[in-house]
Formats: sequence, C-alpha cells, structure tokens
Amino acid sequence: MKIKLIDIAHGRSGDKGDAANVGIIAYDDKGFEIIKKNLTVENVKKHFEGICLGDVERFELPNIRALNFLLHNTLGGGGTVSLKHDAQGKTLAAALLRMEIEI
Amino acid sequence: MKEKIRIASGQGFWGDLVDAPYTQVTAGPIDYLVMDYLAEVTMSILQKQKNKNPKLGYARDIPELMERILPVCIEKNIKIITNGGGVNPEACAEAIMEVAKKLSIKKMKIAVVVGDNIKDNIDEIISAGCNLNNMETGESIVKVKDSLLSANVYFGAMPIVESLKLGADIVITGRTTDTGLTLAPMIYEFGWKETDYDLLSAGTIGGHILECGGQASGGNFLGDWQSVPDLVKIGFPIAEAYPNGEMVITKHDSLGGKVSFETIAEQLVYEIGDPKNYITPDCVADFTTVHLEELEPNRVKVFGIKGFEATEFYKVSCSYSSGYTSSGSLTYSWPQALTKAKVADKILRGRLRNLDLKFDEIRSELIGYNACHGPLATELKEDNINEVMLRVSVRGDDFKSVERFGKEIAPLILTGPPSVTGFAGGRPKPSEVVAYWPALIPKKLVKPEVKIFEL
Repeated sequence: MKIKLIDIAHGRSGDKGDAANVGIIAYDDKGFEIIKKNLTVENVKKHFEGICLGDVERFELPNIRALNFLLHNTLGGGGTVSLKHDAQGKTLAAALLRMEIEI
Repeated sequence: MKEKIRIASGQGFWGDLVDAPYTQVTAGPIDYLVMDYLAEVTMSILQKQKNKNPKLGYARDIPELMERILPVCIEKNIKIITNGGGVNPEACAEAIMEVAKKLSIKKMKIAVVVGDNIKDNIDEIISAGCNLNNMETGESIVKVKDSLLSANVYFGAMPIVESLKLGADIVITGRTTDTGLTLAPMIYEFGWKETDYDLLSAGTIGGHILECGGQASGGNFLGDWQSVPDLVKIGFPIAEAYPNGEMVITKHDSLGGKVSFETIAEQLVYEIGDPKNYITPDCVADFTTVHLEELEPNRVKVFGIKGFEATEFYKVSCSYSSGYTSSGSLTYSWPQALTKAKVADKILRGRLRNLDLKFDEIRSELIGYNACHGPLATELKEDNINEVMLRVSVRGDDFKSVERFGKEIAPLILTGPPSVTGFAGGRPKPSEVVAYWPALIPKKLVKPEVKIFEL
C-alpha cells in the first residue's frame, strides 16, 4: 500500500546560508519507524533532484520523533543573493511531505 | 531566588505583529519581555539605513513601541530585553530616553551592550592571526574586505546578565544571539553558573522556542493547521522557567493560537543543523535530549536537556556589497496561461540578449504553478491553469544592465502574449545585494561592554 508522507508526518523548513534545513516529525511512534526507514539520505537526495544540488545530511531526534535534513547548495546562493521566490526554503518541508512511501 | 519566571516573546523578527509586545505585557502576568528583531538579512538592511543616516541603524519601531509599553512595564515591573539595537544600539537607547522624558518617567535605567561591531578592527584581527575565513567556502575575509559593509560578533547571554545585575530595566543589544535574550534572565534570576552546561542548554533551547514568536504557538504550523483557534488574536509563546532548567511553554489564556507537542516540535527543528551540536556563545546544546510533555491544553513541559561547554569562538556575521538584483512580474490568464508566460519569458530573454546586457544569473519562475516545488510540482496534463504569474529576476555587478532589465518588463504588455495584467508600481529598480559572510573569531579577541543610560 502506498501512502503520502504528509498523512503520517508534519514539519518545518528554513535556511542556513545556501543550505535548507528540513525537519520532519512523525505523528506517532509507528510513523517515526516508517520515516526512519524511508527517509534515507539517498531517498531524500533523489526526491529533491533538480532542487538540492549538493549533499544531504541526516540527523535523528528520537525523543520528538523527528528527523532533520540539511540540503546543501539548494537556495540559489542563499540570503539576499538568491533570486528564488522561496529564497529561504520555507516551502521545502511541504515539498518533502509530497513523497509517496510503500508500507 | 524566585520560584519561577515568565519570559514572553514579543517579536519574532523585525516586521512581526506590531501589537504583539503590547498584548504580551497587558493580557496576563509576565516578568520579562524579549524581542528578537535581527535575522541575518536584517543586519544588512539596518547597515544600509545607518549608511544613509548615522542616527539610524536600529529597529525603528522601537521608540513608538516603547511609548505604548513603557508605562505598563514600569507599573508591572516587567523588564525588556531586545537585540533591536541592530548596528546602532546607542542611538536606539537615546531614542528610548527621549520617549521616557516625553512620558515624564522619573526613573529608568537602560543598559546597552556594545563591542560586537568589529568592522573597524578587521586589520588588527587579521594581524592577530584570525582571517575570518568564510565558514561555508573557507576563503579569507581579505577577498571582500574592501566591500565590507558590516561585521558583528554574536554575543551571548552574559553581557545581558551583567546588564541585569547593574539594575537595568531595559537591555538593548546589537548582534546578540536570539537564544541569549531568553537565557539571560534565567541565569540572572536563578544564579546559574557559566559551567552549568545542562541548565544553560535548557535556557538556550527555551530561547530557540521563543525566538520566532508565534511560530511556536500555532503560526506557520504545518500539522493540523486548520485546528489552530483564533489566529486573529494569536498569543505569542511564554516560557515559564524554573531553577532546575525545566520549562513550561504556554501563552496567555485569553489569546488565540495553540501550544502543543506538535507546534513546539516544529519550532525545535526550525533552522537547526546537527541537533547534538547547537553551538551558541554560551554553551553547546543537545537538541536530541529534549523531552516534550503536554500537561494540559496550551501547556507543554520541556525537560531533560543536556549540553556541553561552549567553544572558544564567537560567530561573526559580516555583510558586503555584492552587485545588484532586480525582479519584475506579469500575470497571464486562461486560456493557455502557462504557455503565454513561457513565451513571454522567451521574448524577454531574447530582448535582453540582443541588448548584450551582463548578468551573473537570470531566473524565471512561474508563480501559481511550480515556483515553490519545482520539479516536484504536479505537472499539468493540459494547459488549463486559470492564471500564472511570470516572475523574472536578474543579478549582476553591472548596475546599468540590471537597471535596463527593469525597463524591459512593462513593454511585454503591449508587445507580447495576450490577457496579461498585474504590472503596477512602475519599473522594477535595481537593489544592492548585501551578501552574508559568516566566520568565527577567538573569544579573546573581542570584549563585550555594557553602557548605562539613566534617568
């Protein structure tokens, strides 16, 4: 069965220079197991193909059922240099929650 | 020692809800009002203002705001801490003194934290062996030294603690960390030591929760966002802090918004890197140790926090002039809205090419279609979108090219695809790019100072 990540998790994203930070939080423990398994560095990098031009770093915050990703080279130079409408990556958490997952 | 203190967030950035600080001091009991005005971009904006007028360079909303809240804060003994002093905290304090005189306030003490501005000491710092290398690229500051507009050290909580010890009613700082504003009153009231790493980390994480204002209490909440009550009257977050480092995040009962596990969790993961290694001038906080527990509606306990000793460095935020940008947009309607916008973009680029203009980058976006999510956006099977906004932006060092770009947008209305609108406000004008240069500096090379202004 396929589900959308947005059905089991929420999150928030922002900027750190030219990198975007994307934090994803599962609504329950079962959801956290699913996101831990599916949101690997490789899968996230592939999902953001054409958006994230650099490396992806992944961190776990198990107490709050969250994963944090740093997407390097993503914001068109970042800050005031970026020409992007979403120069601060504010909508990228929602973009990751578009991912479809097989469970 | 007080059994607990209530620290209220009054502002998440410069430009946030104007009435929020007034609401925080009037809608219920608090002990401290903390206001974060400084995003990285804000320092550049303030620097531009100070360049035009040496009496500016701080968050200009502050004097007007003080006129409203000072009488209440004095009556209720609420202390105010803000980094809204920007690149000119002394001018900010002077402006507040004028307001206090106008209000016939008899007794007031403002502490100003200075020493963060190192722009005029760059050569000394380089000769002391610190090249202020860019934290992202590794390049030496020498590369941009001549176009440097500002250079400020991020101070932490300690200069504010010193200010509070001197009896300040109001503390105005320049580039102080957002988290230090909230941590400082906890250190001061509970007598925490510089080696109480777990406690300092707890207060730091409390600061991280408060630093974006309503973003912790139901604003920009991606969870069940439609369940958040009464965002019209959103209550900004309040940290009830205890001497053992535990906190309860809450808001005033009479106000809207929502404080829950989910709203706090979203703010915790906002703009962090490695969660085990959240570096501030005061400590290194470990976000993986945070526990959240909903005690009752709109009361979330934050506890279990651990942390480590601070590093030997301060972070430095430099800004430098780096060319110009300009951005223009036009809206195309059904039928074939998407195709029209794409054709208009091609025509525009053809004209820019024929003019032989020089840009480092040209970017075209289709707002209403895929500007936010790019290749992840749902593709249209046929071009039946109701309308789309074409937004084209350029960046480059050549002012004339960037200026000329602004003259090529409006002509598309009469010389491009049909059913086009949305061009108002005149030609887009070039704006100077103030780029950001993050670096580190050994703590021993700078010294925070506290200056007192008194009535």
